[in-house]
Amino acid sequence: MAASRARKPAAPEPRIEGLVLPSGGAWARAARTGAHERLRAAGLPVRRDEYWKWTDPTPLTAEQAPPAAAFDPGDEAPAFDDIPAVRLVFTDGVFDAAASDDPALAGVEIARLADAGQADLHWAREVYGVIEAAGQVPVARPLAALNTAMAPDGVLIRVAGKAARPVSLVYRHVSETSDAMLHHCIRLEPGAELTLLESGPAAARFNNVIEVEVGAGAAFHHVRTQGRDHDRRAVTHLFARVGAGALLKTFTLTANGVLTRNEAVVELVGEGGSAHIAGAAVGDGAFHHDDTVFVRHAAPGCESRQVFKKVLKNGARGVFQGKILVERAAQKTDGYQISQSLLLDEDSQFLAKPELEIYADDVKCSHGSTSGDIDETALFYLRSRGLPLSEAQALLVLAFVAEAIDEIASERLASDIRGRLDGWLARHRDQDRDQDRG
Amino acid sequence: MLEIRNLHVKLEEEDKAILKGVDLSVPAGAVHAIMGPNGSGKSTLSYVLAGRAGYVVTDGSATLEGADLLAMAPEDRAAAGLFLAFQYPVEIPGVGNMTFLRTAVNAQRKARGEDEMGAAEFLKAVRAKAADLKIDAEMLKRPVNVGFSGGEKKRNEILQMAMLAPKMCILDETDSGLDVDAMKLVADGVNALRDAGRGFLVITHYQRLLDHIRPDVVHIMSDGRIVKSGGPDLALEVEENGYVDLLAEAS
Repeated sequence: MAASRARKPAAPEPRIEGLVLPSGGAWARAARTGAHERLRAAGLPVRRDEYWKWTDPTPLTAEQAPPAAAFDPGDEAPAFDDIPAVRLVFTDGVFDAAASDDPALAGVEIARLADAGQADLHWAREVYGVIEAAGQVPVARPLAALNTAMAPDGVLIRVAGKAARPVSLVYRHVSETSDAMLHHCIRLEPGAELTLLESGPAAARFNNVIEVEVGAGAAFHHVRTQGRDHDRRAVTHLFARVGAGALLKTFTLTANGVLTRNEAVVELVGEGGSAHIAGAAVGDGAFHHDDTVFVRHAAPGCESRQVFKKVLKNGARGVFQGKILVERAAQKTDGYQISQSLLLDEDSQFLAKPELEIYADDVKCSHGSTSGDIDETALFYLRSRGLPLSEAQALLVLAFVAEAIDEIASERLASDIRGRLDGWLARHRDQDRDQDRG
Repeated sequence: MLEIRNLHVKLEEEDKAILKGVDLSVPAGAVHAIMGPNGSGKSTLSYVLAGRAGYVVTDGSATLEGADLLAMAPEDRAAAGLFLAFQYPVEIPGVGNMTFLRTAVNAQRKARGEDEMGAAEFLKAVRAKAADLKIDAEMLKRPVNVGFSGGEKKRNEILQMAMLAPKMCILDETDSGLDVDAMKLVADGVNALRDAGRGFLVITHYQRLLDHIRPDVVHIMSDGRIVKSGGPDLALEVEENGYVDLLAEAS
């Protein structure tokens, strides 16, 4: 474990020392200063860090965001468009009240981080920067500390009881040079329920952090889509603390993007908690997608699942780094981890590092990782029944990612995701055909 | 219906001839059987007709109602009316049996310029045909062939055949791995599809399937050729005397 500990920079990094923290109330100020300290101790990530060896962090740490044109999705409907949700819109990382629904409709407490200094949000000080800080051990996550220190906007949501509607965060990207940082904090009181949706390209560069406290017996459902903008560079962190008998379910669909790093750091701290972390990523060409997941079982009788599927073509690259840590107290842990890639050609690449670290003696943990191409026997079988090649391929690709999509509890949300995947596959086979035609 | 002329086929990976001049004609309304020892090329013939990769046609032709089968993609052969019931049906995790069937039915209809089958009509049809084959609702819901027994897989093939209503049905060793009851179910399913407009080519190693699916013509295949053809009695002759005598006689 020593090898993965935070690296101390030899000298203070000017980029870090020069940061000017946003102003705000006393509690926010203290949390931001603490995060700045964590960042100074860890330094910005570099390629030689153990968990960055497969993903070059330079575009994420550079002073200037590499420019990226706003993406026009054509006639594809926005994600979760027909889900009755409370939409909160951020344009290039700034809350856009005029474009948003009335937050009160969700039936939960919602405040804007930018206004939090003035508001008296006792609960938020127990979450903001706190769950993130706990997630900095044993592996430092400097880009999350940077976010806590600097993010000017985001939402603070407290849920008691069952939210009337899902909260849908919609990220719009307009400016070619936008460099957005958002930080959201969510607290589900015991027995509460909330579905959080996220969608949209966000910005040329996007650094997003969610900290969520899932109280005893509460249920937090999180479904997000990233893409289809090609030039996006994004790093996201989900830090979660899951209480006794509570449920966390998170699913991410990533389509396109030259660089996306999604980290999930989940701590199961109460008996009988459950955490399911899933993702499907589809990339064609200049695509680099990294899922880095850390699940800590700190209480007995908890269950966790990590299910990640990547479909890669034309030199796309996928990374999976997933760890299950079972502490001594966490007897009767049930841990499962699977990461698989479907490589549609020989130029694409999947790099996986599954890890188990177990200190309890009565646990059930399994992990597996595979890379493969499309099953030719199955493809011929489908074609022999009349399915055109492209349709047969799409069916097999959807079958491949099905296990990850099955982690979404709501059939309506799952079907939205399937539709998006279908559309992506259709567009990307049309492109192949066009190329064939020259 | 199906016309095969002087068909020569070799393996793509190695220079090995498998079919060495097959001539065969199956008219509409007829059931032809092909028997023969292991390695005689029976299954290869079925795969080549269905369009599986890995084979090279070096000479000859195969047509379905005059259309050149060998020039078509597998899905176009299916839409043209060819159906192969596989000896080893493939398991496809993640693809629901019903979704698969409906996609297949409608893909073929679309390719032929026909209207797609609506959900209700499809469901009604598949339930009726599944009941005849003793395929329960649970099997229809599961992923294609996943966790099916040998007999269930073969019945699932016949269900697909019934739903797709092809013009030319090829059954490749459909009796392998079946007990007597399962064989009877499968045979009943095939017999129900016998029709003046439909041809059948039943490939089998043993005569017993032909007790249930009575052929009009029996062919004996050996070393990549049809070496003898005759009536149903030829199958009985094989059963009694084995292939050795027959083949000696033919050469």
